[in-house]
Parts: sequence; C-alpha cells; structure tokens
Amino acid sequence: MKAIVSAGLVGVLFALGLGLGGMTHPEKVLGFLDVMGRWDPSLALVMGGALGVHALFLRWSRRWKAPVLAARFASPSHSRVDGSLVTGAALFGVGWGLVGYCPGPAFVALATGEQDVLMFALSMLAGMLLFRFWTRFRASVGGSPDAPRPDCAQ
Amino acid sequence: MSSLLLPLLGGALIGLSASLLLLFNGRIAGISGIAGGLFGGMKGERGWRLAFLGGLVGGGLLLRVVWPETLGTSHAPGSGWLVAAGLLVGVGTRLGNGCTSGHGVCGLARGSRRSFVATLTFMATGALTVFFVRHVLGSAG
Repeated sequence: MKAIVSAGLVGVLFALGLGLGGMTHPEKVLGFLDVMGRWDPSLALVMGGALGVHALFLRWSRRWKAPVLAARFASPSHSRVDGSLVTGAALFGVGWGLVGYCPGPAFVALATGEQDVLMFALSMLAGMLLFRFWTRFRASVGGSPDAPRPDCAQ
Repeated sequence: MSSLLLPLLGGALIGLSASLLLLFNGRIAGISGIAGGLFGGMKGERGWRLAFLGGLVGGGLLLRVVWPETLGTSHAPGSGWLVAAGLLVGVGTRLGNGCTSGHGVCGLARGSRRSFVATLTFMATGALTVFFVRHVLGSAG
C-alpha cells in the first residue's frame, strides 16, 4: 500500500516537472525538434536538469542495497543495441514529431479534457496493447528468445 | 530569466521524481514502460503503475488549477493524424523499450549505451518528421 501511495505522489511531482519545463506544450516540443526552422532550445535545459539531478542521485545511491518500499531494484534486462531498439526508437520519434506528445506529457495533458489528447493517449495505449499481442503471438509460434520482454522498463 | 530557469527547474523536478521512484519503489521512471506494463498481466504489478499514471493526471489537474498556462493544446490537423501518431508512439516505445523519460533521462543518467543510441535515434527521426511536416509539406501547401 505504501508503495502505491509513493508511486502516486511521485507521479504528481513528475507531472509538475513536465509542466514547469514546458513539455506539456506540444507546440514548444515541436519547436525544439524544429532544428531547421526557428529552433527553441529550452527543452534541452529540461533534459539537462533532469539528467544532472538523476545522475548525481545514482552516484549517491550506490551504497543502497534495496529500495525503501520494495524488495529490490529493478534493473534493465537488455544490454545489446539491436534492431528492435533502433526501429522502435525511430518509430517513436516519428509519432513524437507528428503531434508533439511523448508518453509522459500525454498523460499529464489528459487533465485538460481536450479531445485531441484523449485520442492521442488512447491510440498510444492501443499501440502498446497491439505490441503486447504481437509479441505473444510471436512467442506462441516459437519466436526467438530475442523478442523484447514486455515487462521490463527499458 | 524565467525562460532559462523554468526549464531547468522543471528538469530538476523530473530528475528528482525519477530518483524518488527508484529510491522508494525500486523502479525506473520510464513512462512508456510503466504504462506498457499494465498489459503484462503480472500479479501485483498493476497497482503502482496505475497509481503513478493517475498521479501524472492528478498533477495535470493541479497545474490546470494553479498554472493553466503550462498546459498547451495540440494543433494536429485532424483525428487521423492523432491516431497515427499515438499508434507510432505506443508501438515504437514498446519495441524500443523506452521513451523520452526512460531512455532520455533514466538511461542516459545511468550511462546506458542502448539509451544513448535510442535517444539519438528518436531525436533524429522526430526532427526529420518536423522538418518534413513544417518545411516540405508546409511550404508546398
């Protein structure tokens, strides 16, 4: 129960960070990606700030053996750069560049009640579900062990 | 000044949130991974994921009340556009195991080579897409 409350509170804090940083403005995000036009570099500062704080934390947290409210730290299950990684990231970038929402800001922007965001977010979840069916189908017909596991975060 | 300070502060909050989720829940704050894991069907995995995503929406509601200017709207030309973009983001982030937060923040901070490649890739295709839509399609129409 504590872990659920903690995840919820962290979600709120994360949303505030995205909002203050400007990530919940699709036009601003597209301006950041528009390197050939009127480039808006401010979102690089968002990423820089996030990276700096998190990298410092990771250095400091090496001495921790386990998280406060869970048995162990989740660790990424992949280490190889492969075709799935590059293809997936490429497809994601195209979708990101079409509208200006990546997954986090899409959830935050649901609070606006705008139909556009709702449609984007539902399509995104449908895409994730489709991917899940597809990996299951591949596994059931004897897919390769390289198939991305749907349960890992990265 | 706020044009520099706010993005930095927002970024710092994102980094802090990712740190707290790791410290308390032992989880990596990759939003696509958290959302995609809802469909994994594993026991005891849904609660914290739903709580986190609910927290994101809750934070959005808070922003809407105290600082509505932080929430912008999309200028997508139509619903087909939104559906296509959503599907691409959904499938792409699962196939590539991460998005802006998972690869771009958590992975890069960890020094992951996979995340470095993924971040360069989605930044590049994102920029190419915007270039095509704004400067090729845009100038043609």
